[in-house]
This record gives sequence, C-alpha cells and structure tokens, in this order.
Amino acid sequence: MSNEAIRQQGFTRRALFLGGGMGLVGAALATRMAWLSIFEGEKYRLASEDNRVQLRLIPPRRGWIVDRNGKPLALNKPDYRLELIPDQIGDLDAVLKTLGGILALSYDDELRIRADIAIQPGYMPVEVKRDLDWPTFAGLNVKVADVLGLRPVQAFSRVYPDADHFAHLLGYVGSPTPNQYKEQKDPLLIFPGFRIGKDGIERHEDRLLRGKAGARREEVTARGKVVRELDTRGDEPGATLKLTIDRDLQSFTARRLGDNSASVIVIDCVTGDVLTMVSMPAYDPNVFSTRVPTKLWKELQDNDHNPLLNKSAMGLYPPGSTFKMVTSLAVLAAGVPPGAGTSCSGKYRLGNNTWHCHSRRGHGFVNMHTALPKSCDVYFYAFGRQVGIDAIAVMARRMGLGQKYELPLPGQAAGIVPDIAWKDKRYGKPWNPGETLNTSIGQGYLIANPLQLAVMTARVASGREVMPRLLVPTDGSPPPEFPSLGIPEEHLQIVRQGMYDVINSGIGTARGARSPIDGVHFAGKTGTAQVRRITAAERRAGVKRNEALPWKQRDHALFVAFAPTEEPRYAISVIIEHGIAGGRYAGPIARDVLTFLYDPERAMKTLIPIEAAMKARREAEARAAAVEAAAVAEPETLMPSWLRMEEVTPPVFEIAPPDAPQPERDEP
Amino acid sequence: MFNGPWMRELSRMPWGIVLVTIGLAGFGMVILYSAAGGSLSPWALKHGLRFCLFLAMALGISIISPDTWMKYAWGVYGAVLVGLIGVELIGQVSGGSQRWLDLGIIRLQPSEFMKLAVVMVLARFYHFLPKGYETRPAALFPALALIAVPAALVMLQPDLGTALSIAFGGVVVMFLAGVRLWLFLGAAVAGLAAMPLAWSMLHDYQRKRVLIFLDPSTDPRGAGYHITQSKIAIGSGGISGKGFLNGTQSHLDYLPELHTDFIFATMAEEWGLIGGLFIIGGFGIILGWGIITAMQARGQFQRLLALGLTSTLFFYLAINMMMVMGLAPVVGIPLPLVSYGGSAMLTVMILIGLIMGIARQNKLPNA
Repeated sequence: MSNEAIRQQGFTRRALFLGGGMGLVGAALATRMAWLSIFEGEKYRLASEDNRVQLRLIPPRRGWIVDRNGKPLALNKPDYRLELIPDQIGDLDAVLKTLGGILALSYDDELRIRADIAIQPGYMPVEVKRDLDWPTFAGLNVKVADVLGLRPVQAFSRVYPDADHFAHLLGYVGSPTPNQYKEQKDPLLIFPGFRIGKDGIERHEDRLLRGKAGARREEVTARGKVVRELDTRGDEPGATLKLTIDRDLQSFTARRLGDNSASVIVIDCVTGDVLTMVSMPAYDPNVFSTRVPTKLWKELQDNDHNPLLNKSAMGLYPPGSTFKMVTSLAVLAAGVPPGAGTSCSGKYRLGNNTWHCHSRRGHGFVNMHTALPKSCDVYFYAFGRQVGIDAIAVMARRMGLGQKYELPLPGQAAGIVPDIAWKDKRYGKPWNPGETLNTSIGQGYLIANPLQLAVMTARVASGREVMPRLLVPTDGSPPPEFPSLGIPEEHLQIVRQGMYDVINSGIGTARGARSPIDGVHFAGKTGTAQVRRITAAERRAGVKRNEALPWKQRDHALFVAFAPTEEPRYAISVIIEHGIAGGRYAGPIARDVLTFLYDPERAMKTLIPIEAAMKARREAEARAAAVEAAAVAEPETLMPSWLRMEEVTPPVFEIAPPDAPQPERDEP
Repeated sequence: MFNGPWMRELSRMPWGIVLVTIGLAGFGMVILYSAAGGSLSPWALKHGLRFCLFLAMALGISIISPDTWMKYAWGVYGAVLVGLIGVELIGQVSGGSQRWLDLGIIRLQPSEFMKLAVVMVLARFYHFLPKGYETRPAALFPALALIAVPAALVMLQPDLGTALSIAFGGVVVMFLAGVRLWLFLGAAVAGLAAMPLAWSMLHDYQRKRVLIFLDPSTDPRGAGYHITQSKIAIGSGGISGKGFLNGTQSHLDYLPELHTDFIFATMAEEWGLIGGLFIIGGFGIILGWGIITAMQARGQFQRLLALGLTSTLFFYLAINMMMVMGLAPVVGIPLPLVSYGGSAMLTVMILIGLIMGIARQNKLPNA
C-alpha cells in the first residue's frame, strides 16, 4: 500500500470518529431542546406568562364621611404624585439627579426621600413629590416610564373641609406602617399613594371606608413599561359613613371654644345621637394626611393644651359639683326625704379634720331643693356620708360613669367610680369615711371623661338608659327606644328642678347661663374641680385666688346642662381645662352652644368678640414667632409618614389625696 | 453555450448545499423580521443583502483550486497574523481593547479570519510532513506554536470564544493528521490539571459567567438572567412554538441579544421544537457534506482543510446552541448564517466556499 493510501485510511478512521462525535453532540442538542420544550414546556410557559403579564392593583376610593344632614366632613380630591419603590431602584443617585431635572426637587425633598428610604423596608413606596399639576404629571408618565421603581400615581388625597374642628373625632389618614402590612398581607397596603385611617373614626371604621381594590392585568416589557391592558376588574369604592354629628353645630362649638383647652359634647337625650364631640385645640388633619413638618409635630407635642389628645373620650377629670346630681339621686334612692336638711356653717367636721364648703360663711339651712342650686358642699358631705359610698357608686354607674360605650372611636378612657371593693382591690386598704365626703362632691378618686358626663346629664334629663351613638345606621332603622333607668320620676323631677334653679333662680350658681331664647329654658349644673395639692403652708397663708395662679394650677371648669327643661331633648357637657370656674366660664359656653340649636344667628353673634380677641392674640404671637424664626432659620424637615399617636398620653393632674379635707375656696 | 465550459462549471457546483444555506439564511431573515417587531429594518433586509453578496463570493471562492490555497497558505496565515498583531498594537496605543482593523471601506476582524487561516496553514504543514513524523517533537512543537501564537493574541483582546475556536480548529487538524491519540488524552488530563491556572488567568467577568453558568439562580437579575430567560423562551415555545410574530420573551425585551447570540432562543419561542430541528438538521446536512467531501478529497491538504473547516463550523454551532440551552456558559459566539452580524457570516461563507472548492475538485476527472 502506498504511503498516500495509508494516510487516507488513517484519515478516514479519524474523520469517522470526529463525525460520530459531531453526530452525538447534535443528537444531544436536539434531545436537550426536546426536553426543554416538551417535558419542561409547561413550567417555562408559566414562567413566560409570568414575565409577560403583571397584575396591577386599582386602589379603591375611600368612602366619604358625612354629617347627619349629608354635609361632607371628609372627602377625596384627585392628587397626582410620583412615588418610588426603593427595592426596584437601581442607582438612586442617578435617578434623583434625573428627577431633579424634571421636577425641581429641593434639597429638603431629597433629604426626606433618602431618610424615608433609610427607615422603611424596601418594598414600601416612598413619596417623591405630591400635588403635581396635570402637565407635569403627564410629562412624567412619558419621561420616567422605563425607569424601574418610579411610578407616577394618580391617587386621591383626603380632604377635611373643617380641618381641626373634626380632627379628634374623624382622625386622619396616612401611609400604612410596615407592621400593618406584615399583619394584613394586603397588597393594597404597599400600593403607592394608598392611605389608611390613622386615628378617630377613620381608623376605627377603616375597613368600611377602605373599599375593595380592583385589578388590571397588563402586558409589560422587561423594563416594566406597559404595552397594553389585558383586562380589568373595577374597584369598589368604600362606603359612605353617615355620622350623627351636626356639622354646623360642631363647627360653631369649636369656634366658640376659642383658645381654651376644652371639650364639649352634645347628645340627643331621646335618640342618643352625639351631635357634637369637640376637643380643642386640635391639629389639622389635612396636614396630618400628608406629611407633618417636624417643627409642627414638636410644637403640637410640647403644647400644654394637648392638641394631639381627644379630650372628649380620653381626657379624665374629676367631675366636681356636676356629680352632685348623682349624689342627690343616691340620697333620694336611700329614702331620705328631699325636705330633710342640715345647717351649713361653711365647715363640716369629721374626726379631727375640717371639710370646707365653697361658701366661707355657710349657706345656713339647706335641703335638697336648695343644696343643688347653691351647690352646698356641706349638705352633700352630710347626706353622702349617711347613704355611704357604695350607694353613691351604684348610682354613678347607673348614670353611665365608669364605663366605655359602643362607639367607633379607637380609644375611650373608662374613668373610675370608686367603692369599698374597688379600693380593697386596688390598694388593699379599707375605705376611709373622708373619702366618701370627697366623692360626694365629685372629687377624690372619682374621675370621668366629658362624654360620660354628657351621658349622665342625658340620663338625668330623660330618665332613660341613654347610650350614645355616632353612626347613623345604614339600613335606616329608627333610633333605639332606651329602657327606663328605673328611678322614680319624682326623684328625677327634684333633681331636674334643682338644675333648673342653678340657672334660673336667684340663688343659682350659673345665672349667666340663662337661655336667651323665649320659651326655652335651660337646666344645668356647675362644677369646679380642684387639680392641685394645697400645702399646709398655703392653707395657713390663705388660699390664693385662682386667677393669680399659673395656668397649670388653676381649677378645671365644668358645666353640664340640658334643654329645654319642659321636654328635655339636648344634653351638653363642657369641660375647660384649668378654666377657673364652671359657673363663670363653662356655663356661658354651654348656653351659646344650646342657643345655636334654636337660633343659630343669635349664637353666631357671640363669636364676633371672641374671634376678634383671638385674632389679635394670634397676630401678636405670629410677630413674636417671626422675630424668633428670623434668628434661627432651620431647614424644614418632615415627620415619617406615620406618626406615633400611641405615645400621646392624657395629662396627669396633680390631685389632692382622696381623703384630704376640702380647703376653703371661692368657686362652687 | 449550453454545452460550454460555463455549463460544466455550473453543473459541478454543490447546489444542494447552496439550497440549504439559502434555507438557513432565509429562515434567519424571517426570525430577524419578527425580532424587529415585524419589520425588515434594521436587521432582516441587511441580513438578506449581505447573504446574497457573501453567497456570490463563496461561489467565486469555490472556483479557485485548492492547490492555489496550498501555495499561498503560509502567506495567508502570515498576513492574518500581522493583522492580529496590528489590532493589538492599535489597541495598546488607543488605550482600549480593539478587535477590528478599519480599512476605511470595511472593518476587518483578523481574529475571524484566523479561524480559517490556522486550519489552512496546519493542513499545509501536515501535507508535506512525511508519514510517521507527526508525533515527533520537531513536528509537534511548530504545529502547537502555529495554534498558540494567534490564540494567545486573540485571548489578549480579550475574546475567549474566538480564541477557543482557533485552538479547536487547529487541534482538530492535528488529530486528523494522525498525531498520536495518547497525546490528546495526555493533553486533556494536563488541561484538567491546569484548570486552576486557567481560572486565575480569566477576567473577572469571564469567571462570573462560568460560575453563573454552573448555577444561574445565583444571579437571576444579572448574567444568570440571560441564561434563565433564554431557557424560558425555548421551553415556552413547546413543540410548534407560539407562532410567527407572537414571541413574548423576545418582543417584550426579556431576551438579551435577541438578534445575535440568542437568536436561536428567539426562533425557538415562535417556531418551537420544529424550528429548532430544522436548524439543527440544516447544519447537520452541511456538516455531513463537509465530512464526506473531506473523505473523498485528494491529497492530505484538501482532506485536512475540508474537515478542519467543517469542525470549525461545528464549533460555532455547538457552542452557540449549548449556550442558549443552558449547557455552556455565555460566550459571545453567534449562530452562523442565522444571527445578524457581518463578520461571522463572512467567515462562515468563506469557509463554505473553501469546502465547495474542494468538493468541486473531487468531481473533476483525475488529472
């Protein structure tokens, strides 16, 4: 065989070997492809579908909140925003730089965005800018469409037309917290721009107001750009919530309170409808529903008038003399005839101690008919002691004190109605007779919130077990018929007459609260609750007049009333923190609010001097603040998108020992 | 005219293979049309025009006698090597990596031509080597140097895929020339042993690609993303595909490089397993024809050239398809004839032209 033939033979062998190798690889490739497309085809088809189709939520519009007449208290306005999702953003610096060219982001904006990204989990959206105008928003939709993680959002922002007048009652809305998302696992909660109720009714009735999200299936590119919509399931807007509140009355009341730190409740004695529930001062829920400047938040927190606290439900105060109706009813229930009386010398001795009446010289002979109008403490010391603390406590609970009501509020303070068992349980000590004396005139351990005092008054006025309500039932069912309290009508009539005399007789303590309306009479009761400990030294030196004391040490002023006396319909409670005297300061407010129910125009006139004085004071304050602000110009920073309202605590008043004898004082 | 030398020439042309290449390139046009969202521009039309031009060129090349190539083999190899060094120098001067020479009217990529030149020069080298000398060191080392020098230069660019391709072509020719088998086995063992060394020489991005190939899920949004999305495209196509123009992975930008390196995935999504088998089958025919041509060829040079080039083409195909199916790491190698891109198509058409020339020689009456 020639050399060439041997070579060719060797070549052919190796060529066939190589060709076989190629064939094997080719077969392997074909097999691999068949494997991918046939056996794993289903898996990859799903993966490709998953790539292609994205489910997008359509957030529902939040339900409105309206008053009893359908006037809006909380509604929505369209709001164009830009939000970013930190997890999806690649290079934040680059994105912010690009945005700076489009949106005019300020340095503060950028700081806030970075701060938000730092404190929030990456999947929670961060607001870049809100309240964009339409051309900017439309432009953004084009310019940032393929920037991953940036989303122009058309949302609705919450509007509260009456701002702070309804702040505590309605609450406000804000971004859900990371914890809320973890608990509820509702994808809506991390939808950019979505807000949930944070306080008040907005929070308590959030589920109802929230509605149901819709969804839209969209075909998207790898960069997140929407190619087309596939199908849509519409959203279900939240339900409209109708409150028993009367918007005009509440607004008037809030204005009438001016700069006082106060709470006013008006209840319909027949239906239990809460017509007004104001706590002032308050915050502006419109600001709270966006972002709160840190400076404002600090101011609100540091304000000694507690604008963050809903005093109506969460504030606890000694009821003072407004409690004497309860003591009276307990005394009558114990079988003491109303004519039975005692002689008041201005002092009442128990053991080695002396309890004082607010009248230094004494009221002379008093029985129940005169004790209520004169608010004679000695009468109640004597007869309260005679019936005993447990009888008083039973009556107090019957009148609605010491309990929470079924109301759509996130928090209510129950207060304390003390009795022997309570003290034993709480302190492990026997009841002290001196404590009965103090409880009889609404001091000592006894504390109640303004709402309870309004309910108490409504129950005295109607004789029925009135339960307050805030929501008008959606099914249009008639208001409930409350059962009778089981207190004899004669007893109630005696107490009501006493309350009538407080305002309308010559001996009453609240003659300034007399009704200006012809044919309508008011009946009420003053209260002045002492909030400070009076030292032995002060006692010897003689007690100073309230007006001379620093604000924080002045007495609380209380007033409860109902109207009209002939056929009670409305009950009211007014509490002014450190308001000095119930008769002089709380009474006129109750009068004006009740007047508004009958003659709004006449009531409105009372606002003129009050608001003029307030305006002057505000202007002076603003001038002072401007001078201060000029001195220290600090950048405006914002609070996180959720606030820690749980940290807002009621003020703690310094209260005398529950069994300390009542000192001399001037106010009933 | 009908019986003239022209007619004879034309009848010697391997028309069946021309038809298969037209079929593959035409299918490439269809895929590129879809990849552009149902449009001839920017890819499909250019692809078609280029193919026509290069096909004519390949037919022209096929008329040149293989003996001529043997004569100029050293010259061709030397010229391409100079080109490679030139590219490297320009790259050094301009301070970046450069792979092409700009000749004004056309950009030439010497590394592409080196794939062919290395096969050609080795075929000539072994043609004149007496039988039995193949494994002697005096013959072995020059041959290895002929492979290693250009491969190393391309590696410097850095272009791992092309360097591997050059080395593969050269080594195949050595194997076919009859270099002892134990040498290949020994080299394979040595290669495995040298893996750590090679690993240390790889660039970071190349290492990352290898690691991601071994476990794509480690980097689902980065380079592993490419492999994952490519597998999704192929798998979701099923047997008959989603239909022409209906690919979602490609049209919604989930597939990277949908018109070049990953065109097989783009195709498979719309045409399914059937389309894949069409391409594999088409290339199978070309490869088979190349092997048969080589076995029938006259003389060691023609045999080695034909099968060496066939193997180079095979290397392109195998690496590209293994990559898109997740069997190999991501290296930038296009699918010949189907992918968009001038250089690769030019190389492959010259390659086919050269094999056609040998096939034509086989049909000539014995001289």
